[in-house]
Amino acid sequence: MNQPLLVTASQKAGPRWTLATGAVVLLVLLALPLLSLLPEGHSLHVSAYTLTLVGKILCYAIVALALDLVWGYAGLLSLGHGLFFALGGYAMGMYLMREAAGDGLPAFMTFLSWTELPWYWAGTQHFAWALCLVVLAPGLLALVFGFFAFRSRIKGVYFSIMTQALTFAGMLLFFRNETGFGGNNGFTNFRSILGYEITAQSTRAVLFLLTVSLLVASLYLGWRLARSKFGRVLTALRDAENRLMFCGYDPRGFKLFVWVLSAVLCGLAGALYVPQVGIINPSEMSPTNSIEAAVWVALGGRGTLIGPLLGAGLVNGMKSWFTVAFPEYWLFCLGALFILVTLYLPKGVVGLLKKRGEQ
Amino acid sequence: MLRLLLTLLLLLPLATQASEGEYFITAKPAEQVSLLEGWAAQPDAARLPLLDNLHQGRIAEGDTRKLRLNNRLRGLLENTLASHQLLSDVAKVRLAAAQQLQKSAQPAQVAFLDRRYAIEADAAVRAALGLVLANLQLAAPEPSVRLAAVRLLGETGDPMARTRLEALLEPGVETDTNVRTAAETSLAQVKRKLLFGELLGQAFSGLSLGSILLLAALGLAITFGLLGVINMAHGEMLMLGAYATYVVQVLIARYAPGAIEFYPLIALPVAFAVSAGVGMLLERTVIRHLYGRPLETLLATWGISLILIQAIRLLFGAQNVEVANPAWLSGGLQVLPNLVLPYSRLVIIGFALFVVLLTWLLLNRTRLGLNVRAVTQNRNMAACCGVPTGRVDMLAFGLGSGIAGLGGVALSQIGNVGPDLGQSYIIDSFLVVVLGGVGQLAGSLWAAFGLGIANKLLEPQIGAVLGKILILALIILFIQKRPQGLFALKGRVID
Repeated sequence: MNQPLLVTASQKAGPRWTLATGAVVLLVLLALPLLSLLPEGHSLHVSAYTLTLVGKILCYAIVALALDLVWGYAGLLSLGHGLFFALGGYAMGMYLMREAAGDGLPAFMTFLSWTELPWYWAGTQHFAWALCLVVLAPGLLALVFGFFAFRSRIKGVYFSIMTQALTFAGMLLFFRNETGFGGNNGFTNFRSILGYEITAQSTRAVLFLLTVSLLVASLYLGWRLARSKFGRVLTALRDAENRLMFCGYDPRGFKLFVWVLSAVLCGLAGALYVPQVGIINPSEMSPTNSIEAAVWVALGGRGTLIGPLLGAGLVNGMKSWFTVAFPEYWLFCLGALFILVTLYLPKGVVGLLKKRGEQ
Repeated sequence: MLRLLLTLLLLLPLATQASEGEYFITAKPAEQVSLLEGWAAQPDAARLPLLDNLHQGRIAEGDTRKLRLNNRLRGLLENTLASHQLLSDVAKVRLAAAQQLQKSAQPAQVAFLDRRYAIEADAAVRAALGLVLANLQLAAPEPSVRLAAVRLLGETGDPMARTRLEALLEPGVETDTNVRTAAETSLAQVKRKLLFGELLGQAFSGLSLGSILLLAALGLAITFGLLGVINMAHGEMLMLGAYATYVVQVLIARYAPGAIEFYPLIALPVAFAVSAGVGMLLERTVIRHLYGRPLETLLATWGISLILIQAIRLLFGAQNVEVANPAWLSGGLQVLPNLVLPYSRLVIIGFALFVVLLTWLLLNRTRLGLNVRAVTQNRNMAACCGVPTGRVDMLAFGLGSGIAGLGGVALSQIGNVGPDLGQSYIIDSFLVVVLGGVGQLAGSLWAAFGLGIANKLLEPQIGAVLGKILILALIILFIQKRPQGLFALKGRVID
C-alpha cells in the first residue's frame, strides 16, 4: 500500500525538484552577464574569461541537445555534428571578417594576393544574409546528405561512419587555402558585430544572453517535440523501425525532418560560438570533436532533454580544469569516460539520478 | 724467354697507367683538359683504374699526393670515366655510364659512341646509347642527321628527350622546317609515352595504397562481420604494430646487429602478437559487455583508442620515431624511364595478398574458421550446436587485431611512424568495409584496391582533397544501389 504512494510522491516531487533546479540555473545564467558588467574589483564581478567559458559551454550544450534529438530520440548516432556547428560558425565568421575588413578584402585573402571575393562570399557583408547562411549552409547540406542516406536506409554504425567521413572530408576541404575560408588559420581578429565592438563587455553580455535564450528555446522546442505525436513516432523509429513501417508510416520524412532540424540548431550554436570565442578554424570539424559531443550526450543520458546539457557542462568543465592542471592526462580521462559511461551508465547521469529518486 | 715476354706484356698496361698518371698530374690545367678530352674520345680499358683513382681525388692507391681539380675538370673527368665504363663487361655499369653520358657527352665522342652503339648487345644500354647519340646529333650541321636524331628521340619515353625537344622547338633554335615538324611529332610521341608511364605510376601507387587499406580493413571486416561492432581502436592496432617494429629494430640494432637486415621479418610475429594480445584483452574486458549495442561499442572503442594514443605518446614521445628500411627493401625497379617501382611497395603488395590468402585459408580450411563463419551467420544456432561463441569472439577479435598489427609493420616501411598513424587510415578502411560488405574477403579485396586506385587516379586530376570528397559522394551513391556492399550475402543469412 505504501509503495505506490511513495512512487507517486517521488514522481510528483521529481518534476518539481527538476523545475526548481532548472529555474535556479536559469537565474544564475541570466545574472552572469549582468554581473560581468559590474566594475572590476567588485566582489561579485564576473571576469570576461569566465563569461566566455560559460558561453562556450552553453553553445556546446545546444550541440549536445541537437545531437540528442537525432541520437537519443531517433536512434541515429551522428559523428558529424561538428561539421554543421563549424558551418554555422564559418557563415557568421564571413560576416565578421567582412565587417573587420571594411571595404577591402579580408586579411587572409590579401596574403594570398587575391584581388576579388569568391562568388560565395557575395552579400556576406549584410548581417541578415549571414544569418540566412547560418541556417541554410548546415540545413541544405543535412538535407541533401540525409535525403540520400535515409532513402537507402543507411542506419546504425554505417550511418555513423558516413557522417564521420563527411565531417572529415569537410575538414580537409576547409584546410585548403584555395577553398577561400582562410585555410589552416580559419577566421580570427574580428573587430565588431553590427557596429558594436566585439570585445566590449556589453557585447559579450548580449551574446551570452542570446546564447541562453537559444538554449532555452531549443529546450522548449525539444520538449514540445518529445511530447508530440511526432516525438512518439521518432521513438518508435528508434526502437522498431520495421514495425513502424508495417504500421503504415514512412520513416524517411520523420528522420529527415529531425536530422535537418538538428543540423540547423548546431549551425545556430556555431554562429553564437564564433563571436564569443573569437576564432573558427577547420579543426572544429575534426572527427574527434564530433565524437566528443556524443560522449556529452551519453554521459548526461540520451533520450532525455536535461541529460545532454548536464553532460556538456560536466565534460567541458572537467576539460577546462584538466587541460590546465594535468594536460597529459586529459585524454586518458576522456577515454576512460567513454568506456565507463558506455559500460556502467547506459542511461547516463540522469538515469542514475532517476534511479536514486525512485529508491 | 716466353715467360719474360708475357710478364712484360702484363706489366705494360701498368706502366702506361703510371706514366699517364704522372703526366696528368704534372700537366697544366689547359693541357689536362685536352688530355681528358682526348681520352674521352678514344677510351682504353686499361685507363679505367687510373680514371677511377683520379675520380676519387688521388693519382694511385697509396699515393699521398692530393689532386686538385676545378669544376670544369671534374665534369670532364666524370664524362671521361663514363665513356671508359662503356667498355665494361657488366651491362649495369654500361647502362649507368650511358645515362651519365646523356647529360655530358661531347661532340668529339660521336665516332666512339657510334662504334659502341653498333656492337652493343644489351637492349637497355643500346637504347640509352641511342639517346646519347641523338642528343649529340641534334647539334649536327646537316639537317638530315638532325632529322634522324629527332626521330630517334621520338621513339624513347625519356623525360630528358622531352626537355631536349622542347629546347629545340624554342623559336629561332631550329631553322629547318622539316626537322621542326619532325620534332613536333616526336615531342607529341614522347609526351604520350610519358603520360602512359605517369598513368601506370599512379595506378601502381593506387595498388600500393590499396594493399595498405586491405591490411587495415581485413581485420575490421572480420570483427565487424562477426560481432557487428565497429572497432574504432582498430587504427591503433596498426599503430601498435608499427611501434612494435620500431622496438624490434632498436633491440636488434643493440643486441644482434648482424640480423638487422632481417628485422622486418622478425617484427612480423612480434607485431602480430602485440596487436592480437591487446585486441583479445580489449574484447575480454570491454567489448564483450557491449554486444548487441553497436553504437555504444563504437564510443567505447573510441575511448580505448584515445587512451592507446596518449599512452604511446607518453612512452615514445609525440614525435615520429625513425624506422629505417633494410637494404633489400630500399631502391626500386626501373620499368620505364619515368617509372620506378620501389621494392618496399612491391613487397607490401605481395605481402597483403599473402595475408589475404592466409586469412582465407584460416577461415575456410580450419576448425576455428568454421566456427567463426558459423557464429557470423547465426550466433544462436551456432551456440546451440556447441560452438563456444565467447571463445570464438575472442579469437576472431585477436585475429582481426593481429592482421592490423601486420599492416602496421608494412606501414612502418613506407610511411612515418607516430602516435597518430592509425587515425589517418581508419576512415578510409571503414569506407572499404562499407563498400566491400560485411565479412566478405572478396568484397574487401576489391573495395580496397578499387578505392586505392580511384584515389590515386583522381588525385593528380582534381587534387587529393576534392578526390576524397568525390569518392565519398560516389560511395554514398553506390550504397543507394547496393546497400549490402559489393558482394551481398544472399538468402536467409541476412536476417
